[in-house]
Amino acid sequence: MSRRFMQGSEAIAEAAIAAGCRFFAGYPMTPFTELLEHFAAKLPAEGGVCVNAESELEAIGMAWGAVATGARAATGSTGQGLSLMQESISELVRAELPLVLFNLARGQGDYYQATRGGGHGDYRHLVLAPVDLTEAVQLTQLAFDRAECWRNPVLVYGDYLLAHTAEAVAIEPVAFDPLPSKDWAVDGSRSGSGSPRNLNPIGMVPGKKGIEPERFWKRLQAKHEAMAAAEARWEAEATDDAELLVVAFGSVARFTRFAVRELRAEGARVGHFRPVTLWPFPSEALAEAARGVKRVAVLEQNAGQMIDDVRLALEGRVKVVAIGGISSDDAGFGVGPMLEPERIRARVGAALAGREVQP
Amino acid sequence: MSQRGHVVIDIERCKGCELCIPACPPQVLRMTGEHNRIGAHYPELLSGCTGCRACWLVCPDFCFEVWQFDEPGAPGVRPGE
Amino acid sequence: MSDEVLRSDRPPESGATRTGEFKPTLQLGTDHDLCAGCGEPLALRTILESIEELGLAQRTIGVIGIGCYTALTSLMDLDLIQALHGRAPSLATGAKRMLPDRLFFTLQGDGDMANEGLQEVIHAAARGENITCVLLNNGVFGETGGHMTATTVLGQRTKNTLEGRDATQHGYPIQMVDLLAPLGGTAYAARGSVHNASGVVKTKVMMRRAFETQMRGEGFSIVEILTMCPTGWFVPTAKGPGYLNEVLGAVHVTGEWKRDGRLLRGAEPEAPNEAKERGAV
Repeated sequence: MSRRFMQGSEAIAEAAIAAGCRFFAGYPMTPFTELLEHFAAKLPAEGGVCVNAESELEAIGMAWGAVATGARAATGSTGQGLSLMQESISELVRAELPLVLFNLARGQGDYYQATRGGGHGDYRHLVLAPVDLTEAVQLTQLAFDRAECWRNPVLVYGDYLLAHTAEAVAIEPVAFDPLPSKDWAVDGSRSGSGSPRNLNPIGMVPGKKGIEPERFWKRLQAKHEAMAAAEARWEAEATDDAELLVVAFGSVARFTRFAVRELRAEGARVGHFRPVTLWPFPSEALAEAARGVKRVAVLEQNAGQMIDDVRLALEGRVKVVAIGGISSDDAGFGVGPMLEPERIRARVGAALAGREVQP
Repeated sequence: MSQRGHVVIDIERCKGCELCIPACPPQVLRMTGEHNRIGAHYPELLSGCTGCRACWLVCPDFCFEVWQFDEPGAPGVRPGE
Repeated sequence: MSDEVLRSDRPPESGATRTGEFKPTLQLGTDHDLCAGCGEPLALRTILESIEELGLAQRTIGVIGIGCYTALTSLMDLDLIQALHGRAPSLATGAKRMLPDRLFFTLQGDGDMANEGLQEVIHAAARGENITCVLLNNGVFGETGGHMTATTVLGQRTKNTLEGRDATQHGYPIQMVDLLAPLGGTAYAARGSVHNASGVVKTKVMMRRAFETQMRGEGFSIVEILTMCPTGWFVPTAKGPGYLNEVLGAVHVTGEWKRDGRLLRGAEPEAPNEAKERGAV
């Protein structure tokens, strides 16, 4: 498969289309806008539909309608737009619809939004955080597969760097196991049959008055617990004899991984752990990787969000320090001065030496 | 008196809203003083129904089934039958 | 007319034809818990009968909003997608784009469409989406107990306008069909009322025309149906139709606003020949 020089936004759009996505709706906002542009340019030729929605709220509504018919559909935005979509995301989980969502975020400050959810009630969904374009192509396709497998939305967490970095990348199609047929999809075929479908987030059953919320929500809870047990993904390297373990996700991890490899080559006993799923957070794998480690240093580009999950995973067994912080460009898009290899390396080096790192 | 139409009224589902009473052009529906299982008063049918379906159209609880006699001058469904 | 009471617990033994079944064919039953005197089940009848008569039963999908009428979904023999409050037009848009040969209608109350979802329906209409939005307008949020909505008329008493809606405090009502009709993407716009038998019949004519508009691919259609809500209006059920016609109907005027893409401004649809209608049943 030949590689082409393209931006992350284009690679993600092509990966989604390769995965069978035939509907996209979105509202322009930096740094998500180009993803919408690429879908608009590419979907019609594939017999798909891309709608320039008049608001993020309408975008996720349209995507909801499209995915309800059984089509593979996606929507997305950046953090602020995802904020507007929270009610719908929460209810899409209850409607058990496999919608794929993209947050091309302005940095890493949307970790809480992605994993804790700003919506109401008990709900969970997979969050996939690619480190580079090649992984973004894989995880985008995985998102559609996992969403349908579990009948649950999946969020892909990217950022400005991922969206706007251009690299040579191949849109390799990933082969997945066959999925069950979508008998839940609404297409009008059961209208007038006496047993129609009612695809709803409340637990209504056609022909039956009333609902059973407790039973319904507990069934979803069990499903989410099964998802948590089965879907954790991570990348760990050089952890066996490490004294310091660096933890990072997404584009930032590309820098920390590079710094750790350099320091390792110079003899430093430092390892690297990168959650690929932010939910379910790979707690067991992290605890395993941190065994024997003296300190865990979390480097994230925010005021400290993933560090909560790191501390929960390690249950107080190891000291955890924050060596990242808020860092942004003048427009607030998250292309911060911290994201330079030398500066990242300096932070990791300071942590290795036991010095405190200023955020 | 001869009838042109007839209605079957499911009195148990009636909620006593009385919308059918003024809707009936020949005014052959009258609320009774009786009440059904849910405590609602329900209508009874007087002679003179034309089968126009007005009651059927305005009943929110789908209580009416409307019939039309094939020949005008039918005696109707009399008590005791 | 005599005072003789006839049996109404069974049909005639012979010599008669049934001209009105208890419920429409596309209705799963008759049991619902909506209030006595509620107009919404009457609106449902116009929808289900129109779908049946147009032969569209196996190709119809309803997109349902949130309100008292949501409970009526248990009676609908149709594939349905439940939407969140105000969002039905967007869901219908996305689904119709994927399945363009199906008939899509939304079912929304005034709280759902004119309050929470005003933006959605305006955009869907402007875009000319080939869907039919059905607005059940009773001038209140019925399900939450009878509060003011964007369509509540001046002087109307609701739980948060106890002295009657006052323009200086609560602003003016929005007339939805009037608002949507002039938009370029709107092909058919009409307002009916179920306050009496003739109103129900005219509303059904509008519903059929809206569905036909959609199946011809001519663009967006809206049928607003004024419905009684005696509970929300604090009036006895028997007074509901009069209140609907005189209070709401004076501001939300019935008639066709747009047909075949041309603005008509309140022209009444021709009344069908009742006997012919019955013969067709």
